[in-house]
Amino acid sequence: MGKVLVVTSGKGGVGKTTSTAALGAALAQTGESVVVVDFDVGLRNLDLVMGAERRVVFDLINVVQGVAKLPQALIRDKRLENLWLLPASQTRDKDALTENGVRQIIAELRQKFSWVICDSPAGIERGAILAMKYADTAVIVTNPEVSSVRDSDRIIGMLDSKTEKAERGERIDKHLLITRYDSMRASRGEMLSVDDVLEILSVPLLGIIPESEDVLRASNVGCPVTLNNKLSAPARAYLEAARRLNGEEISMTIPHQRKGLLDKLFGRRAA
Amino acid sequence: MSTVKQQAMRLIGRSYMAFVLTPDAPIVDWLATVDTWLERSPGFFSERSIVLDLTNVTLSRSGIKHLISSLLERGVRVMGLEGADTSELGPELPPLLRSGRVAGEATEIVLKADSEQAGAAAPRQPTSLLIDQPVRSGQTIFFPDGDVSVLGSVGSGAEIVAGGSIHIYGTLRGRAMAGSAGNGRARIFCQKIEAELLSINGYYRTADEIDETLRGRPTQAWLDGSVLAISAIN
Repeated sequence: MGKVLVVTSGKGGVGKTTSTAALGAALAQTGESVVVVDFDVGLRNLDLVMGAERRVVFDLINVVQGVAKLPQALIRDKRLENLWLLPASQTRDKDALTENGVRQIIAELRQKFSWVICDSPAGIERGAILAMKYADTAVIVTNPEVSSVRDSDRIIGMLDSKTEKAERGERIDKHLLITRYDSMRASRGEMLSVDDVLEILSVPLLGIIPESEDVLRASNVGCPVTLNNKLSAPARAYLEAARRLNGEEISMTIPHQRKGLLDKLFGRRAA
Repeated sequence: MSTVKQQAMRLIGRSYMAFVLTPDAPIVDWLATVDTWLERSPGFFSERSIVLDLTNVTLSRSGIKHLISSLLERGVRVMGLEGADTSELGPELPPLLRSGRVAGEATEIVLKADSEQAGAAAPRQPTSLLIDQPVRSGQTIFFPDGDVSVLGSVGSGAEIVAGGSIHIYGTLRGRAMAGSAGNGRARIFCQKIEAELLSINGYYRTADEIDETLRGRPTQAWLDGSVLAISAIN
């Protein structure tokens, strides 16, 4: 029986889809069978980041409505044979999702895969709630800035009340993933520090992903950042985070930007 | 021809707390226990809004009407019904209520057939609510019956509304409203103040009006006449 993980945040644009793809690929690289599911109906992005956008035939809504069977909608990754994608629909919207449909699909996916990673849409409405409803674990993606942190607090409250696990009286495991961390800006006080974020959210830290141009490069070529350049700072941080999800204890390192000499000399541009 | 000025009809939502009576079968025995209670505390129901929860009994429309009139004879005025099939209801019966929430800790008054408990109507015991995890943004804690204690922080955008005092063993970033049921002696305590709003018995201060020097320190707030006073606890 597989584990269902929801990647959520509340705030949009903080790195849920990037993290879903990166963590999914990292876990698949360790040999586990992984499916990543896009719950952002109507604004799908996971297929782009996974580089599968030209192979989408059937999607999550088709399966929910019984138009297609699950195996018809699943797309296998070309680089990792135990990594699969269930894309969302681009032509419909979140109202097409039904609770029963989602429950059945998650149950079926749980039988076939070790990890079912649900990429939640932003917000707190139907799409986000259905993405988290049947999860065992949650990864809350947060940027170290005030709006993202407050929205994450809201979504944590919903994880503790709107999931099936919470309704049964159990606690859903929660992990905090800080993304787009810029140590220079944190030390200048322009961004919240890791300690600030942890103090406000009180959720165990899964990893700190540094701000990096590699993320955009990877999504432009349709490859998860952990596959595109395994040695880049974000990739290494995601790989560590994936190992922590699997229960390994790895000490947390706060990433520092490594600047070359020329960057240091000419780094400070006029605003 | 004179034109009549149209008056706007205002329909505003308001919530009230009501008490729920849940009769059990057989109805006759249950009515007998109500009688026993009323012998000891006559007029107990006269000032209270009563909702009748019919989930434990199956009654036809005439059965419901009979029950309501039997209760009216005893001074119990039923203002709403719960747990009944809409087909059994009609315009001459009280309306069907939905989505009732438990207001604070449910005080169960156990009506016993034998009179063991002498004394007046059960007074509301002072109670308190303990929350042992952080209160997250967007959550509202509503507890009119007494004090609220939180073992953790209260997030920005969260609200605590208590009839008594509020004690926060953590950072208060949201809103705390104490003494909500008219208790001007309630206080608010927190280990670190970064609150958005503090209020006691309706007198409030927003974050702007909280002295900068207090920010981030353990503080207490209390009502000094009609002024909300805030000071550091050292």
